Amino acid sequence: MAERASGAVIDCDIHNAPASEAALHTYLPASWRERRAATARLDAVWESQRETLGDRSYLGSEYPRATPRAARTDSWPPNGGPPASDLPFLREQLLDRYGMEYGVLTPMLGAGEQLDHESGAALATAINEWQIAEWLDPEPRLRASINVAYEDADLAAAEIHRVAGDGRFAQVLLLIRTAEPLGRRKYWRLYEAALEHDLPVGIHFGGWGRGPITSAGYGSFYIEDTVGMATAFQEQVTSMVCEGIFQRFPELKIVLIEGGIAWLAPLMWRLDRAWKQLRAEIPHVDRLPSEIIREHFWVTTQPIEEPPRRQDWPALLEQIGMNDRIMFATDYPHWDFDAPDRALPSFVDADVRQAIMSENARALYRFDA
Amino acid sequence: MPEGGAERPAPATRHVVAHVDEIPPGSRKIVEVAGRSIGVFNVDGTFHALRNRCPHQGGPLCEGFLMSSLRSRGPGHYDHRPGETLVRCPWHGWEFDLRTGQSWFDPERTRVRSYRVSVENAGEPVPGPYVAERYGVTVEDSYVVVDLGR
Amino acid sequence: MTEPLIDCEVQAVVQSIETLEPFLSSHWREVIAKTQFKGPTDTPYPPALPTSRRPGLDDVDGRPPGATLASIRTQALDPLGAELGILTCAYGVESVRNPDAAAAIASAINDWLAADFLEPEPRLRASISVPAQPAMAAEEIARVAPDPRFVQVYLPVRSALPYGNRVWLPLLEAAVEHDLPLALHFGGSPGLPPTASGWPTYYVEEYADMATAFQSQLTSLIAEGAFDRFPGLRVVLAGSGFAWLPAWTWRFDKVWRGLRREVPWNTRSPSETVRDQVRVTLQPVDGPADPAALLTVIEQLGSDELLMFSSDYPRGHAEEGLDALPAGMPPDLRRAILCGNARSFYPRLGAGADG
Repeated sequence: MAERASGAVIDCDIHNAPASEAALHTYLPASWRERRAATARLDAVWESQRETLGDRSYLGSEYPRATPRAARTDSWPPNGGPPASDLPFLREQLLDRYGMEYGVLTPMLGAGEQLDHESGAALATAINEWQIAEWLDPEPRLRASINVAYEDADLAAAEIHRVAGDGRFAQVLLLIRTAEPLGRRKYWRLYEAALEHDLPVGIHFGGWGRGPITSAGYGSFYIEDTVGMATAFQEQVTSMVCEGIFQRFPELKIVLIEGGIAWLAPLMWRLDRAWKQLRAEIPHVDRLPSEIIREHFWVTTQPIEEPPRRQDWPALLEQIGMNDRIMFATDYPHWDFDAPDRALPSFVDADVRQAIMSENARALYRFDA
Repeated sequence: MPEGGAERPAPATRHVVAHVDEIPPGSRKIVEVAGRSIGVFNVDGTFHALRNRCPHQGGPLCEGFLMSSLRSRGPGHYDHRPGETLVRCPWHGWEFDLRTGQSWFDPERTRVRSYRVSVENAGEPVPGPYVAERYGVTVEDSYVVVDLGR
Repeated sequence: MTEPLIDCEVQAVVQSIETLEPFLSSHWREVIAKTQFKGPTDTPYPPALPTSRRPGLDDVDGRPPGATLASIRTQALDPLGAELGILTCAYGVESVRNPDAAAAIASAINDWLAADFLEPEPRLRASISVPAQPAMAAEEIARVAPDPRFVQVYLPVRSALPYGNRVWLPLLEAAVEHDLPLALHFGGSPGLPPTASGWPTYYVEEYADMATAFQSQLTSLIAEGAFDRFPGLRVVLAGSGFAWLPAWTWRFDKVWRGLRREVPWNTRSPSETVRDQVRVTLQPVDGPADPAALLTVIEQLGSDELLMFSSDYPRGHAEEGLDALPAGMPPDLRRAILCGNARSFYPRLGAGADG
């Protein structure tokens, strides 16, 4: 019943997962395997993070989520593993079913959220090695994201330098909720390292911001948490623009993953107005925020907003003005998955559709270069 | 779908989809009927059939969890009526009443196609024709029949 | 100006705690004198910024714009020809942790507004300031509500817990009992960072980020069923902008369709709830600069009843007063925004409620 899209499809957000904790362990640097086995605290922390794979919160805000592991209930592979842990089933249910040309893996396994940054860095190494061995090597359509302990720019840079030589890594991966806003100085060395290898920095839904997701305290319900992630995206774009990281790093490319797209237009208007009135505070930001955003940001579609009226769609695309930067994504295997054949309305202009479904990603990630 | 009076539906809209004992209470079967994927459910002995395609993004609706009715008279109140009468799409969680195909969030305007389902005994003189592509129909057995007609 | 106009946000500015001393008890006056307690010092409006103080506004009687009735008359009400103006006061009561001090300061604000503004100026109405402790807030609402010139309850949009949380029920109940809308207002200093990822470096970020606070509060009020529990609850977003509303609505509606089970008390979609029970003041306009594009955004709001004119005096914006309304706006919509929507929404501003 699911149809192949009529044109090329590139999926910019696939959350592959290991079959188990032990499966990742084999990729940990040897010194860390011993240390983790010896430290119950780390294992408990690790277990709680593993159980909430895909969740937005760490401590202090647990919610019953929509589905087990926030996954489509039909995405559990027949071999009994968790969703997106079995490559053959992932091929069948995603890559082959939709005739995908490429898929970008964005495993979210908590490397950047570890309070112990070295532990996180070791985990990041394991994740990257696991991606290579169990996903990239057997499946030529896949590309991967470099996991890093992003709260420590030096450790993150080291990991980027270690693996960036493998051209199948499409980007560096961060989460949108971080200990400080992402424009701040502590992250600059990370951007520098990514740029040394000409890699975009992908920033994905989720993460632990060391406090509530809202500026007015913790919400009570999962629906607030998931709707509220759009606020995290808005705030981080604001930070990156206002801190002038794109003046400091003119070649830097940022991919916003799994935030939806519609909030971009009002954010650009709002930032332009604020900049016009308050630019004396940020003299290093030398042009309109909307120009900066349209030059330096890419954004994936999912979860695509669903305007109620047909005419809202072309208006929205015009307002955002980033038809060359919007990139299709499914977010497989999560429950708010967007189907390639149904996510975009049928009346979207064919050229725009193809740009979104594949060509913008092909250009950004240089898949055919 | 409502059926007018004692009229029979047009020929060949009634399809045998299973032996009745293939779908015991609490189970379901996804069947292909005339190019449509349809989910047939047995809830406590009553059969229901819905199109296995969510009107949202085409997800495999009938593979989803069955849920109980949940009403609320206000925040903090959960009037839960066990007895699973809703199917929840495995993708975005849209829930549909098994009996009518109406969605929970917008019963008036958003629904999935539901079909009349009956259990027929092959020994009874029921006018056909039936489409029974994969079933060897014997006189003694009972069959689940889905009617695609309105 | 001949168009009937209600200004739904005119800010009275407390220059310092001394302004409120005449309205405080002898105990609190002594605390102030002997400890140099300054009251709330955090402000969402750093005084010298062009967004805080509109360029070109002079001091009046040696006091900054908004600090005196004279300035509000000559710089806000008179130039616009406003029939009515609703006062708000963004004095950060919520950052005062001593609950009794907070309650005293909130009461003092209300008494000051009544004495120095409402009494001499019949065109003015006001918002009730309350302490952040819900039961004490309910008490203050009950104390002040008998004065019909107070037309809403003022709440800072940034709070310690979102306003849909059930801890706030005593406050919501009191507001609803007296048929007073809640006005969620730009600002608030609850001690939490302004973002999901900690504290931003620059004020301009905080200024822009305030939109996310409004989004979160609306999400909370809807998800927690505040509008279902209280069909009479009305909420005004003041100083929020409005261009973010369509995108937020589309996102929330979409998610809600599949997550109804978590919040089964919601009888309506989020967008329907907003249309029914939420209104938004005009300034600061946060949409595109081009008038036609701005009209498109206003049309995407999905209701002509949503916006209510405000000057947001004495704050500064790209356009001020009537210039903030884009050219080409249909006349019916213009009238609704200038006056009609406020008359309809505020129970205490209904036709014939003046005088």
